[in-house]
Amino acid sequence: MIGAEFVPLSLPPLLIGVCAAIACALPGNFLLLRRQALIGDAISHVVLPGIVLAFLVTGAVSAWPMMLGAGFAAVLAVVLIETIRRVGRIEPGAAMGVVFTAMFAGGVLLLEQSDTSSVHLDVQHALYGSLESLIWLDGLGWASLLDPQALRGLPPELPRIALTLIFVSAFTALFWRPLKISTFDEGFARTLGLPTGLIGLALVIVAAIAAVAAFDAVGSIIVIAMFICPPAAARMMTNRLEAQIGWSVGFATLSAVLGYVLAGYGPLWLGYANAVSAAGMIATVSGLLLARAAGFGPCRTRAGAPVEG
Amino acid sequence: MTLTLAAADGRPAPAEDLAHFPLAIRGLTVSYGEKPAVFSVDASFHPGAMTAIIGPNGAGKSTLLKAALGIVTPLSGQITCYGRPLARQRERIAYVPQRASVDWDFPTRVIDVVLMGLYRQLGLLGRVRQRHLDTARACLDRVGMAEFATRQIGQLSGGQQQRVFLARALAQGADLYLLDEPFAGVDAATEKAIIAVLKDLKAQGKTVVVVHHDLATVRDYFDRVFLINTTRIAEGTVAEAFTETNLQAAYGGRLATAQMGAAV
Repeated sequence: MIGAEFVPLSLPPLLIGVCAAIACALPGNFLLLRRQALIGDAISHVVLPGIVLAFLVTGAVSAWPMMLGAGFAAVLAVVLIETIRRVGRIEPGAAMGVVFTAMFAGGVLLLEQSDTSSVHLDVQHALYGSLESLIWLDGLGWASLLDPQALRGLPPELPRIALTLIFVSAFTALFWRPLKISTFDEGFARTLGLPTGLIGLALVIVAAIAAVAAFDAVGSIIVIAMFICPPAAARMMTNRLEAQIGWSVGFATLSAVLGYVLAGYGPLWLGYANAVSAAGMIATVSGLLLARAAGFGPCRTRAGAPVEG
Repeated sequence: MTLTLAAADGRPAPAEDLAHFPLAIRGLTVSYGEKPAVFSVDASFHPGAMTAIIGPNGAGKSTLLKAALGIVTPLSGQITCYGRPLARQRERIAYVPQRASVDWDFPTRVIDVVLMGLYRQLGLLGRVRQRHLDTARACLDRVGMAEFATRQIGQLSGGQQQRVFLARALAQGADLYLLDEPFAGVDAATEKAIIAVLKDLKAQGKTVVVVHHDLATVRDYFDRVFLINTTRIAEGTVAEAFTETNLQAAYGGRLATAQMGAAV
């Protein structure tokens, strides 16, 4: 696979897959500890009306307006969820359930009632993305990585998701302490003068940005899996949040690389002619890693189990 | 009463001089739903005293504390810390939440929890230096938990977890310590260790306010009491305010005679 076709055909999807996986796994660590891990699932539903609206407004299937529409819908959903949770004093899960089903239903209605149904806005694309199609025809070999002319031909998803990853990493590093303290003990964090409501909101908005950027490239299956599986597996490998983040980045990378390779070459090794969906395989690998960690991780505990003493 | 109110120069401070009180609450009303949890409460916590906030379950003890700290937003009322708004005095206040209010399965070590108490010194990106670690270790030592510094917090007993919370509050180096039910569900050794630390704080001139549920120990542990049952029932020194009449008023029929006998 490190042949001549590796750079144009496999390198971009691999990099995009790895960036998307890490960008989702980073906020996923905090969402998991805050019992909000399903927010990735919620976001994947609520972006539909945003994408449809963006299409109706611009009349074209182009990435930027649709990402903006999706991002707007995601942020709106996050604000709605927080509002319902605070005003109604109910569990976050219930608030998410109300908001994401309503917005998803709205998106489907919108899709049905307009002519968009004839356009290529289909479920398959939304779920699995099109990782394999993100190829780099100008990339003729490793030397192309230093050729500005060739670099311009990179699939636009790659710089987008790379920028997103940088943004998500910077957010995590910069607000590490407030995120950690307010996730562990919100009341104490408030007595320190930390704006805990704002921190929680910023976290879900960052997660929404990561999710929308990743959807565009790799579809929602990976997004939902990466918010939950690498952080959950990482939690069972260590008892320190700092190390948990490291493990989750490792698991996300491993899932993306192993999943991509297995999807592309696994069936061939087994004697089948076709490859399988890379997105589906990446999600599967992350699930298997989680299962491994759940079975053998050194720091497994039964949540809520009584402590001796 | 006038004695504890005496200002540094010996003259008695006027009762309404808010600057005199580490924590003063005026006209506080807090509501979670239709019914107020705390209604129109005035309270003045005296400097250098150990005060117990007592009252039956659901009387608004914790709510009073949380509103005083700005954790819950009151409907109305004014909170001052040494006469100034709370937001400007945060570094003078330390808080020990109820142990059950956090998830002890959180992936962090004992020493990391104590370091959280140094957040206002460390800031967003300040590096944890040796002196910060030394402070944290010294605080753990004061509560007898030094040997557990690198344990994951979920591996501690309830009493040990409570002591870690107290160590975090000590790390804050505050003048006013607010504790929410620190003795709830802890072993006798922990209760002893905690009370020793609190008395030590008092000896250093710090102010300690404790939401407390065990009437039997009020006389041994505290100088002052604040009785609440949604509204203020009584406030004063233990001798003045911790009386059978006031307790009946606060607890109503819920106070068993036996408990009463032990307490009063």
